[in-house]
Amino acid sequence: MTERPVWTGGVTLAVIAAVCTALVALTFQLTAQRIADNEKAFLERNLQPALAGLFFDSPVTESKLTIPQPHDLPGSESAIVYRVYASEEPVAALFVVSARDGYAGPIRLLIGVSMDGTITGVRVLEHRETPGLGDRIEITKSNWVLQFDGHSLRDPEPGKWKIRGDGGSFDQLTGASITPRAIVKAIKATLAYFEANRETLFTLPADPVDDDTGETD
Amino acid sequence: MASGVMNQLKNGLWRDNPGLVQLLGLCPLLAVTATFVNGLGLGLATLAVLVASNALVSATRRWIQPEIRVPIYVLIIASLVTCIELIFKAWFPDLDRTLGIFIPLIVTNCAIVARAELYASRNPVGASILDGIAMGLGFAMLLMTIGAFREVIGQGTLFARMDMLIGGEPMRGLVLADQGWLLLVLPPGAFFSLALAIAAKNAIDRRRLESKATLSRRARKLNR
Repeated sequence: MTERPVWTGGVTLAVIAAVCTALVALTFQLTAQRIADNEKAFLERNLQPALAGLFFDSPVTESKLTIPQPHDLPGSESAIVYRVYASEEPVAALFVVSARDGYAGPIRLLIGVSMDGTITGVRVLEHRETPGLGDRIEITKSNWVLQFDGHSLRDPEPGKWKIRGDGGSFDQLTGASITPRAIVKAIKATLAYFEANRETLFTLPADPVDDDTGETD
Repeated sequence: MASGVMNQLKNGLWRDNPGLVQLLGLCPLLAVTATFVNGLGLGLATLAVLVASNALVSATRRWIQPEIRVPIYVLIIASLVTCIELIFKAWFPDLDRTLGIFIPLIVTNCAIVARAELYASRNPVGASILDGIAMGLGFAMLLMTIGAFREVIGQGTLFARMDMLIGGEPMRGLVLADQGWLLLVLPPGAFFSLALAIAAKNAIDRRRLESKATLSRRARKLNR
């Protein structure tokens, strides 16, 4: 092979980089809309079950309110609240908070609380708990997370807001007590926050709507 | 030609299996194989990247000077993985959420660079695509085997959450037992399972070799 000057290598690299970038850009164009739709659907799908048995007529995702640190909700990052209305009257709030003391990192929780302070539903959005043990907090794996429905800060009494192993009244999971303990604690803290801030929560303006559909994560 | 194709397939699936023999790409192999569906999902993604990267590397091999080949492989593989990640996010969002970081991490699967360097950079496009299919299938089969093994023993189920790939309602799969032997789902279980798979392959190979040896010995005796 004859000796080629160094710059030809640079040109080849640049050409291939341009082709590769075009390929990625094209795929992005073709998938952007679908990905945005998926994310919105995922959010709506996960928000609905936490509002079981509740009548509401507002698009839930439009009433998003981000509460930055420091706040009294569980979790070390900003918490999110979706406010739910029926005929413009507030009926419930949906909290997205993190239980910080899970077995393997934070557990992202969705907690629905109706205006009278009872839980309308709890779902686990994200976690890294042990498959086969702690991951039974997922609704697709077991019904464990349904036991919180209908409870409130004073039902059971505050001293009983623990798992059974700690003398409380909530079921744990066989072989996993750290995960349930963390979740029970986070739910209790969220209920306490809701009781203390019920009035102000519904007066704050919603986050500006982000129309940038190209935003993934 | 047909025997060449068979030979290449045999290389990828058995003789030179990227996971069992070349021991490449072990990070995703060990990390995501807790269930069958995870193994299948990552196996398919890796297969797609491997075939496309082999095809592109082979198609451009005449213009690439040896000094810059590695950055070019990295560029090609990284772009393809980004495309695959976007496709997963668009069409298999649930699976994308469970596989998480391991889809973008296909970039670091050394099996892919190895095939680009060892095969695609010196063979025509058709043969390189076939090599990608054979090696990708070999890798995917291993991921699925280990995934199924760990899921059955560790969790007592098989094919749980297949809806992440084929759509529909969440599926709990075949429930064989209420609870499994947890160790297999945890990271050490991944190492044990891979070791068992390698041992099984070696045992099968040795038995084949031995039966071949006895056959030829008998043949020699008969001839005498």
